[in-house]
Amino acid sequence: MQIVAVGLNHKSAPVAIREQIAFAPAHQEDALRQLLATPEILEGMLLSTCNRVELYACSHDGAAAAARLKSFLCEFHGLADDALAAHLYEFRAEQAIRHLFRVAASLDSMVIGEPQILGQLKEAFARAEACRSVGLILTRLLHKTFSVAKRVRSETAIASQAVSISYSAVELARKIFGSLQDRTVMMIGAGKMCELAARHLVNHRTADILIANRTFERALQLAKQFNGRAVPFSDFPDYLPQADIVLTSTAASGYLLTRSQVEKVIRRRKNRPMFFIDIAVPRNIEPEVNQVDNAYLYDIDDLQKVIDANLKERRKAAGKAETIIDQEIGRFQRWLTELELTPTIRDLQQHLETIRRQELDKTFAQLRTLGPEERQAIEACTGAMLKKILHRPVAVLKERRQDMTGELYLDAARTLFGLDSESDEDQQD
Amino acid sequence: MNMLLFKTTTLCYLAATCGYLVHVASGRTAAEQAGRWLVRGAFALHCVSLALRLIEAGYTPVVNLHESLSFFAWCMTGIFLLFDLRYGLAVLGAFLSPLALLLMVISSSVPQQVTELSPMLDSWWFPIHVGLAFLGNAVFAVAFIAGVMYLLQERMLKNKRLSALFFRLPSLDTLDSLNYRCLTWGFPLMTMGIISGAVWAHSAWGSYWRWDPKETWALISWFVYAALLHGRLAIGWRGRRAALLAIIGFLCLLFTFLGVNLLLSGLHSYESLSGR
Repeated sequence: MQIVAVGLNHKSAPVAIREQIAFAPAHQEDALRQLLATPEILEGMLLSTCNRVELYACSHDGAAAAARLKSFLCEFHGLADDALAAHLYEFRAEQAIRHLFRVAASLDSMVIGEPQILGQLKEAFARAEACRSVGLILTRLLHKTFSVAKRVRSETAIASQAVSISYSAVELARKIFGSLQDRTVMMIGAGKMCELAARHLVNHRTADILIANRTFERALQLAKQFNGRAVPFSDFPDYLPQADIVLTSTAASGYLLTRSQVEKVIRRRKNRPMFFIDIAVPRNIEPEVNQVDNAYLYDIDDLQKVIDANLKERRKAAGKAETIIDQEIGRFQRWLTELELTPTIRDLQQHLETIRRQELDKTFAQLRTLGPEERQAIEACTGAMLKKILHRPVAVLKERRQDMTGELYLDAARTLFGLDSESDEDQQD
Repeated sequence: MNMLLFKTTTLCYLAATCGYLVHVASGRTAAEQAGRWLVRGAFALHCVSLALRLIEAGYTPVVNLHESLSFFAWCMTGIFLLFDLRYGLAVLGAFLSPLALLLMVISSSVPQQVTELSPMLDSWWFPIHVGLAFLGNAVFAVAFIAGVMYLLQERMLKNKRLSALFFRLPSLDTLDSLNYRCLTWGFPLMTMGIISGAVWAHSAWGSYWRWDPKETWALISWFVYAALLHGRLAIGWRGRRAALLAIIGFLCLLFTFLGVNLLLSGLHSYESLSGR
């Protein structure tokens, strides 16, 4: 039995390709049904997000299944057979498991450590479960995947720090002010980035937002949107003492705010701290403002530096995450290898044969009077019993191998006869 | 028996320190939880150890250096646990538990036998005066730690170099309000400690104030904290300046507590049994 993964992501394909083969939620059930209609595919799951489209399947013939998955992608979206050849990747067996673990742990994401992907994967699995396209193996694999992702998240610092301009601004603000509740934000200029940062700040339930812009109309419009107040651009210095956080993004060529101005404002605020975020280029706030006690100034480069440092931390954490994944793959792979027909039948025969041998030895040791002929007869009789007992179970196991219930029977047989007693504990977690 | 308990307590502080350091280095919350429970355990053991000492000696165990250091560590931990319960500032523990450990280690390296209580100290004023003074000191120790944390955090924010510590430390605002809370608790305790000492001195020696080195330094520390309190309330001092003053104030207190006894001699020294 092999796990197969076929798909493409933001690294292997441009968005123009990705949008062509993305599966709308409404079509996914249909797609899974069609996929399962193929004889070589026993179980299947479909993951479609804006950064990746991937198909996961279980098959006895990995190569054939992978080929089928590829042609299915083109077929379903009405593309030529080789249209995607350059963008698709294919993983089989251990590689496929590793890929899935890495995707779930957000090691394969555009922004390493971003948390959405795990939720998307959970949704994809729930959808597959709902239309019964996953059986024993993918179910077990996905449960394992979720626990690996959880382990990575809790044991490494992969998702702990902000990696976007607006989030890092919020994170810094929280390190200065603690809670952002009851804080007042002032926005000078209405740049896109500034608006985004303001939106994040407002999400932390800041008390008030003041908006100053050269075109007053735009200020009014934003004020309505954020439920704040518009102030005339020329008057903004008068409102500064009210502001805890100041965002600037105007196209002014000189400094709007100088050190001496800020010193005065801080004095009027009785030294309550202020956080200036200057997203404009050229800068709107004199850099020396950062030297004023209780004033903290970050320009766009400073924020970028913070992000770079955070990303470096994440990459370091990613190394640790790979080690965790290596450990977990080993465990899952062991379970999967044992869940094959031939080794199971062999184990079953050996197991019963061992019991027969032990019991015969005991009996013969007690009945010393038996002659060689009688012994032979007893041996033949017990041997025949074993064969008859095993005949039906083996036949069923072979018969069921053709569809996705096969592994259920194999797993049941191994459990009923205690065939993998030593490795049982490994599998339970 | 008590020695064993004392050593176990010290080991508990050591383990708590390790737990907190692992938390600061790796960010694991499990390590922080472990640290917190270890500090609680250490505090419980410490209580028992002090109670046994009290029974053994028959007086509040703050007569020699060994007892005083241990008692101070106990007060500090107790105050920390109260603050932790009330405001949930676990990361304080990362700074406090090493300090408590240090005090315990020094305490166990000085002579430990029970000294005989001089008749002059055999008074109800003794536990009151010493208790208030030590509690005040312990609160100011927390203010000192908050001050150090504030300066570290502020430096990182200003220099824009954010290390792992940056993410573990609380916000500037939290640390600054901790500074203020400590001040509002510590200052009255310290003031009452000084007044109770003066009243006791009056009833024992006939004069309220004799300018012995301990008294002088206690007064200096008191003025530092009075200045800080006044600055905060009237002028709007906060942040870095408040943190710096809390640190300076605590250094004065440390000198009052240890420096005076070890370097100068007077009524309060441990060695000469003429005074405390």
